Amino acid sequence: MKVLMFGWEFPPHITGGLGTACYGMTKGLAKNGVEVLFVVPKAFGDEDQSSVRLLNASDVTVNLDNETDRRYWDRVHYMEVGSNIIPYVGPEEYASMVTDYRATDHFKSSVFAPRYEFSGKYGANLMEEVARYALIGSSLATKYDFDIIHAHDWLTYSAGIAAKETTGKPLVVHMHATEFDRSGENINTDVYAIERRGMEMADLVITVSNLTRNIVIEKYGINPDKVITVHNAVEPNSKSLSEYDKSGLNAKIVTFLGRITYQKGPEYFVEAAYKIIQQTSDVHFVMAGTGDLLKKMIRRVSQLKIGSRFHFTGFLKGQDVDRMFAMTDVFVMPSISEPFGIVPLEAMRLNVPVVISKQSGVSEVLKHALKVDFWDINGLADCIYGLCNYKAISELFKKEGKDEVDTLRWEAASKKIIEVYNLALSK
Amino acid sequence: MNKSICLCFQVHQPYRLRTYRFFDIGKRHFYYDEYNNRTVIQRVSERCYLPMNELVMDMIARYGDKVKFAFSFSGSVVEQLDLYAPSTLDSFKNILKSGNVELLAETYGHSLASLANKDAFKKEVLAHKRLMRDVFGMTPKTFHNTELIYSNDIGADVADMGFDLIFTEGAKHVLGWRSPNYMYFNAKNPKLKVLLRNDRLSDDIALNFTSSPITAQDYALKIKAFPETEEIVNIFVNYETFGECYAAETGIFDFMRYLPQAVFDNTDCNFIMPHQAVKLMQPMGVFDAPIPLSCCDEERDLSPWIGNSMQDDAFNTLYDCYNMVKRIKNEEIIRDWHALQDAGVFRNMCTKFDDNTPYDTYINFMNILTDFKLRLESEIHSMKAKKIVAQ
Repeated sequence: MKVLMFGWEFPPHITGGLGTACYGMTKGLAKNGVEVLFVVPKAFGDEDQSSVRLLNASDVTVNLDNETDRRYWDRVHYMEVGSNIIPYVGPEEYASMVTDYRATDHFKSSVFAPRYEFSGKYGANLMEEVARYALIGSSLATKYDFDIIHAHDWLTYSAGIAAKETTGKPLVVHMHATEFDRSGENINTDVYAIERRGMEMADLVITVSNLTRNIVIEKYGINPDKVITVHNAVEPNSKSLSEYDKSGLNAKIVTFLGRITYQKGPEYFVEAAYKIIQQTSDVHFVMAGTGDLLKKMIRRVSQLKIGSRFHFTGFLKGQDVDRMFAMTDVFVMPSISEPFGIVPLEAMRLNVPVVISKQSGVSEVLKHALKVDFWDINGLADCIYGLCNYKAISELFKKEGKDEVDTLRWEAASKKIIEVYNLALSK
Repeated sequence: MNKSICLCFQVHQPYRLRTYRFFDIGKRHFYYDEYNNRTVIQRVSERCYLPMNELVMDMIARYGDKVKFAFSFSGSVVEQLDLYAPSTLDSFKNILKSGNVELLAETYGHSLASLANKDAFKKEVLAHKRLMRDVFGMTPKTFHNTELIYSNDIGADVADMGFDLIFTEGAKHVLGWRSPNYMYFNAKNPKLKVLLRNDRLSDDIALNFTSSPITAQDYALKIKAFPETEEIVNIFVNYETFGECYAAETGIFDFMRYLPQAVFDNTDCNFIMPHQAVKLMQPMGVFDAPIPLSCCDEERDLSPWIGNSMQDDAFNTLYDCYNMVKRIKNEEIIRDWHALQDAGVFRNMCTKFDDNTPYDTYINFMNILTDFKLRLESEIHSMKAKKIVAQ
């Protein structure tokens, strides 16, 4: 079987969980004998680049876990197409980024500055970019041979639909997050319309959790028979814990790692931290990541006068993420709305006990995690305090959590995805 | 009586801090951007310190006793000159040997210690005094605080340290209708005399030289235009104004070159060193500043350095360290203590400017302070251990 897959990010150039998920998923599919043609938009700095660049996966600086994996990668073709689509940015934010960019010529240099470069060749409107990507999608579809189309999240749905219309091949769309997760109730209706049209045009819809499945059915009115949940998974770690250096702080470290946006509930983490810092003298907190609420969080931390025990690292990627986990004693994900939430699995992989919000998709699959309501700051503080101070529970979580997460493999999840493909093909 | 002119130069370069990551805490204790520091010191030496020193020496050679200057060096700049540009330091030493130059006292690390606590402040000033004695062989008698920050309390603290003269800003909101061109005295301890920077004349050189250029002649005429009875005009500028802030092409060096002659030709003023004022004139009245003032911005207050929550958290965290620092003799730690206090880092946390990155600065500085605190704790711990062993 051969899949034409549209994504919007792929390691090592990632800003969030989607890239990591796509990486694991394609690898799992390749291991199960599926060939993948992976297409990713990329903002080229150079205008002379041809619109389509074909890359073999081995040309990409992906950290291939080991030599045996390499042969699976021969089944994956990786493509970057010139586009200004930016992951995790809505139309409004995109417009203001372009305006800012044009005003300053380039982003201010800062640890937290985004890494994107605009060529100036393309429009300032994200919707135009989506449409352009769709055009590329349909032209690619005529050039390559494949059996099924798989599109990840709304930015790529138009491309998926275009490919389906030109070839008549079945389309599977994958909902990693809905507009309601990103914006609360205050949704962008254009984005909503694209999501809905994508799911209506698709032969089957994959959701990353039952939480997301319910949203898709209730808020988008999609036929429940069409929607199948396939939980995300995580790749096993190649390095063991002992290979990472320990923290130089002689203290417990509690970590938040993710985009610092409304959806992730960073303020609940800060408030819980404040409660614990008042009670203890040897717990430090780290907020890793960046996002539109970062400055607000920094201001709040300084207002609470806890800056000497609450640290910000900026955006971490690659090895630094695992380095951070290796120093972490408790990982916290207080997301207000999290379709799945892959990061706790990455933490557990390195023997880190986790506290997650009940409003996350990952809480459906995890047994060895403490679960609280995102808004329950006291409950959150209790969990963190317990895992920092009571050895019995933290030791249990370290071990059992690791065992549990090691069973949540992409190889298994990919088998479910292949079942979905077969179902779509038989329709 | 003839009017006196006091020309004072502040020489300072901070230790610029490197990007200090969370992962560095407890592991790497070097906080400075060495490349940047070296580059800046060497660049400023070449563009400003060396040519300006030469000019000062020329003026002294030409006019002899008739020209006088005052210099104030932070400990940070002296340390860095010693490290990266020793010949420039020698050139400063030469100037000070001439006898026409007074050396001013200040805080070692260009710090805000005067606002934190008296002991920390005193430690800064004494350390600076020692350095001046060691490097230049002179003991300063006139004090000037970082960014001319002053209040009645700070003045009283300075008097307690044995100074009888302090330099500060002739801030309008304190002076009211009165002129900065007299000597005043401190409101709590009248023994401490106060000299005030004339902001208009100082800014003509340091702030407005390119936007509204002025010739030495016009400058001298401005001084002449002050009322006859006024006694002293204090011009206090950053030394880096010459050649670094304003490149040689702007004519800033030529302005200085002709200034003494223009003053002698057009007025009957003479140049003095600040501390001469104490013998030459009587204080005109009390300079009453209950709330701290500074020489910065339109407001002339502390808002560039403290006031927002990030600045306050960083400031309190830093000076909370003093209780441990005061027990420690470890030279490396004390050196870092001075360097970390630089007021510039707090200015970079200010949200009212466009040319800085307050959030990044705060995060970086707090990471450094966390590491610094760890070192203080472990030092104190090992001191205790040694004591026990000795017993």
